[in-house]
Amino acid sequence: MAIYGTALLALCTLIGVALGEALGMALHVKANVGGVGIAMMLLIAARLWLARTGRLTPGLKLGVEFWAFMYIPIVVAMAAQQNVLAALEGGPMAVLTGVVVVAICFGLVALLSRTAGTHHD
Amino acid sequence: MIEIAHKVIADQSLVLAFAAVGALMWISAMLSRLLFAGRIHASAIAIMAALALAWYGGIITGGKKGLADVPAFAGLLLMGGAMLRDFAIVATAFEVDPIEARKAGLLGAFALLLGTVVPFAVGAGIAWSFGYRDAVSLATLGAGAVTYIVGPVTGAALGASSPVMALSIATGVLKAVLVMATTPMAARFMGLNNPRSAMIFGGLAGTVSGVAGGLAATDEKLVPYGALTATFHTGLGCLLAPSVLFLIVKAVV
Repeated sequence: MAIYGTALLALCTLIGVALGEALGMALHVKANVGGVGIAMMLLIAARLWLARTGRLTPGLKLGVEFWAFMYIPIVVAMAAQQNVLAALEGGPMAVLTGVVVVAICFGLVALLSRTAGTHHD
Repeated sequence: MIEIAHKVIADQSLVLAFAAVGALMWISAMLSRLLFAGRIHASAIAIMAALALAWYGGIITGGKKGLADVPAFAGLLLMGGAMLRDFAIVATAFEVDPIEARKAGLLGAFALLLGTVVPFAVGAGIAWSFGYRDAVSLATLGAGAVTYIVGPVTGAALGASSPVMALSIATGVLKAVLVMATTPMAARFMGLNNPRSAMIFGGLAGTVSGVAGGLAATDEKLVPYGALTATFHTGLGCLLAPSVLFLIVKAVV
């Protein structure tokens, strides 16, 4: 049943967000600390357990995967409600950050993959 | 007729948003195929178009919620709101296979960590040089340089202002577009011709759509390997950016 997957996803999200809130209170940062990340780890653990005990049915998977496939459209909807007009004042900053970050990351990939190559290939 | 339209707009806002985003993504897929030969991923075009529409919405309504201030598109607020956004992001973790991931070993984990910390530091540093001084804005802009998902998740968690959020998303989207567009050209320089380097690439470049689009345009066989580490990337960023990295920024500021 697809609803089992969606309910599992909901449970992981709720527990993760609640733990994130608790962590935020404990750290005195008026914020949810890593709730989404904790929820993701819970879901990975839940999937492992389901697969091991033979409970990972196609219906259950569908109930989770539908939402995974929806994440790009949801991000599109999120982008469409941002205050872009105000953000454009900082336009050059976004461009500069994007170019510098990509250049540095590509350089690091070149460095790391060459290091790996000398040991194994 | 107008009465019916008003009633549909008022009662079916979320359904209208699904249809509108679907239409936008369909148009983006056409543009991606016809104009860019698939080199720029449809999702990146859709997100850029959505940001452009949000800009247009701001101009015609004078509001702060982009296109969602136009009554017909009010459903975007629910569809793209914090609740469904976090729900969908958590769902993407379901595709991660820890056994495959373990094969990437320490190097993959190292690349992942670098891919979170380095863009965050660069993003926050550049934001500082542009005059931002509060820890919340600096962390949100740094997180935006990680991915366009980590940026808004961090901003929402820390309570960043909407302009900073938009700028953070714009940075992340620009990064994704740059990764998609330049990966095939830089593939030889990066040594991007085997699963191991694809995993390193996924960890460092981060953004899932950027990595998937970039690898697809380079060598389709490498896509799952890059996506594997890239999938971890958003989770790691969402965990570290609003917590440890934010606290470091707060301590430095």
